[in-house]
Amino acid sequence: MTDTAVAAEDRTRTPERARRRRGGGPPGEPRAVGWLYVLPALLVYAAFLLYPLLRAVQISLYDWNGNTLATWAGLDNYADVVTDPALRASFGHALVLIAFYALLPLLVGLVLTAILSRAQVRGLGFFRTVVFLPQVVAMVVIAVAWRRMYSPDGSVNDLLRAIGLDGLTRGWLGDYTAALPAVGLVGTWFEIGLVTVLLLAGTGKIPTELYEAARLDGAGPVREFVTVTLPALRGEISVALTLTVIAALRTFDLVYVTTRGGPGTSTSVPSYEVYNRAFQQGRVGSAAAIAVVLTLVIFAISFGITRIAERDR
Amino acid sequence: MRRRPTTTLIAAGMLGALALTACTPGSNSSEGSTASQSGQVNTDPASMGQVTLTVWDQEVRGGQAAQIEELNKEFQAKYPNITLKRVTRSFDDLKTTLGLALSGNTPPDVFQANNGRPDMGKFVQAGQLLPLDRYADAYKWTDRYPESVRKYSSYSEDGKTFGTGNLYGLPQVGEVVGVYADKAVLAKAGVSEVPTDWAGFEASLQKVKDAGQQPLVLGNLDKWPAIHVFGTVQAQTTPADQIRQLGFGQKGGSWTTPENTEAAQTLVDWVDKGYFSKDVNGLGYDPAWQEFSKGKGAYLIAGTWLQADLGKAMGDDLTFVLPPKAQATPAATGGTGIPWAVSSKTKNPDAAAAYIDFITSKDAMGVLAKTENLPVADTADQKAPSAIGQDVFTAFGTAVEDDALVPYLDYATPTMADTLGAALQDLLAKKATPEQFLETVQKDYGDFVAQNG
Repeated sequence: MTDTAVAAEDRTRTPERARRRRGGGPPGEPRAVGWLYVLPALLVYAAFLLYPLLRAVQISLYDWNGNTLATWAGLDNYADVVTDPALRASFGHALVLIAFYALLPLLVGLVLTAILSRAQVRGLGFFRTVVFLPQVVAMVVIAVAWRRMYSPDGSVNDLLRAIGLDGLTRGWLGDYTAALPAVGLVGTWFEIGLVTVLLLAGTGKIPTELYEAARLDGAGPVREFVTVTLPALRGEISVALTLTVIAALRTFDLVYVTTRGGPGTSTSVPSYEVYNRAFQQGRVGSAAAIAVVLTLVIFAISFGITRIAERDR
Repeated sequence: MRRRPTTTLIAAGMLGALALTACTPGSNSSEGSTASQSGQVNTDPASMGQVTLTVWDQEVRGGQAAQIEELNKEFQAKYPNITLKRVTRSFDDLKTTLGLALSGNTPPDVFQANNGRPDMGKFVQAGQLLPLDRYADAYKWTDRYPESVRKYSSYSEDGKTFGTGNLYGLPQVGEVVGVYADKAVLAKAGVSEVPTDWAGFEASLQKVKDAGQQPLVLGNLDKWPAIHVFGTVQAQTTPADQIRQLGFGQKGGSWTTPENTEAAQTLVDWVDKGYFSKDVNGLGYDPAWQEFSKGKGAYLIAGTWLQADLGKAMGDDLTFVLPPKAQATPAATGGTGIPWAVSSKTKNPDAAAAYIDFITSKDAMGVLAKTENLPVADTADQKAPSAIGQDVFTAFGTAVEDDALVPYLDYATPTMADTLGAALQDLLAKKATPEQFLETVQKDYGDFVAQNG
């Protein structure tokens, strides 16, 4: 109370000083100047990200084919996302893909990390490069290659025949039960490298004293991994999960090239539906609604992951 | 602690941005066309003065590129006062960018717009295409292009009815889905000639199967190839008029008829008898025809667009025929290449029409034939560069003459390609019965017709 009174008094005499003390904020230039500093970046961000995002939200409220005048549809497009069983299924497929894109690579990545970080592997750099290699190749190229491998006469079936498992051979991408896992496994193969390299980088930061202490206490390799390595990698795991989960949810190119959502609609995913509706079917409003929902889902899930990872730190 | 102004500012900024964007989507594309749609037309390009035409096309591959480059060169040499500014795009790129370009203020003057409702139909609805009927009269296109071909680029003025009404484009090439046969494989199975009737065709399928060969090659991983196979079978069971009604998405038709059920059941029977390979949904379209070209099957039901590639690989073993007839009046799925259309905003409609006339003239058809394309008009007068080419010319010429062309079934509604593609995968995998399959397709067609009127 007294402070405010003094400040009010001050303002009448030396406005310069008063402004500096306003709100009890840090000394220095007034806060608003900060906006000036971020303005150039903010303008670019607003023009190329915020504006399109808001525009997409707006379009999603209309029934629009992209060329003629749109008609107001209210929340109909959103109701469609919830009620259309095929669309709901496509979100379900995206969730299944999370298991293949995020959880499986994390599991494999942790095992690889445990082995690679513990043993004095010769040529560690070489192995790291090999594991990381899929990340370097464009997804479209990967998809084309895997489509060939999964074909009825492809190398996957050749391999199965070579080891006597003829009964398992099939046209993988055309099989109603196998298609989604087949697409997902490409994602697993693709993401393992990223996850492993992230985790390996994380283990480099763990002080060797911790391992020594654990060993002195009689910890075996498993115990050592669980008590020392795993907790230390919490940050890296969170980053890896966020990146891979987002990749899973926005999968487009892989599905577009390999199955086009088939057979039937068993591998359709939201991103593919967005493309299909906007550019093939002329249902831009509906496409925008799916895109908005997908954005919200991605936002919610990655927000959740970060929150869980940062709790109790 | 006092509330920082940040959140308020962001919220205000967002609201401001929303206010800026708050005009209805599509309202900025001016509907008014500058090109006059009545009165006298000028058919003498030399008298049009200095004109520049912007042309967007997707003739980028092999023979397609060769023909348009030659025709453009001839056009420029003949009419030096008209400058062509050619922009080439792949089929997919043209499809995704053309809509946006036509909404803008400076659309291309001449462009290729795909026949179906999601493309040409949508543009007609938006008033972005110039009706070409006056030019069709002036240049006598109506004489050279039979109605069965003009149908494919005709819409009512409001864009709602496909297959009748104004003419909005003119194609250069024709397409028809027929049967490619490998004579060597057939001979080995004891089939000396490609049967010309449906019963004989089905009998030969069994003969080939008994001889331990694959009767029909189909790769349906890409979803759409089976549409052509189903269309071919349906053309044998269902009257052509009914198929046209369904294919053009006109009201009054029905999918759930005994005739269509018979067609769907035939496909299922073929699956049961092992005429298709068991991985039919797992094989891609390109690998499938490549396998066929290597002698891994007797028949391939596919379109004329494969003739050049297959001919090169198979030589004299290959032949192409219209689907063997089951009915007195034959029918075959087919249509035209992507038609050339004119923007309603063009400043030079006469020059644009003159260009289209030039690349679709009788001389142009000769150039098309020479470059291994299938000329859509005057087909019988042309000489093909190869034996298989001649088969294809004969087949298409016959189909047009007999008024046997029925449209691609996925033209019907904007969503039909997906609905039918997925439903056929279900049918071939026996995830759906013929009745369920037809109900799925009927729902798509019925919903659209009810809404479209």
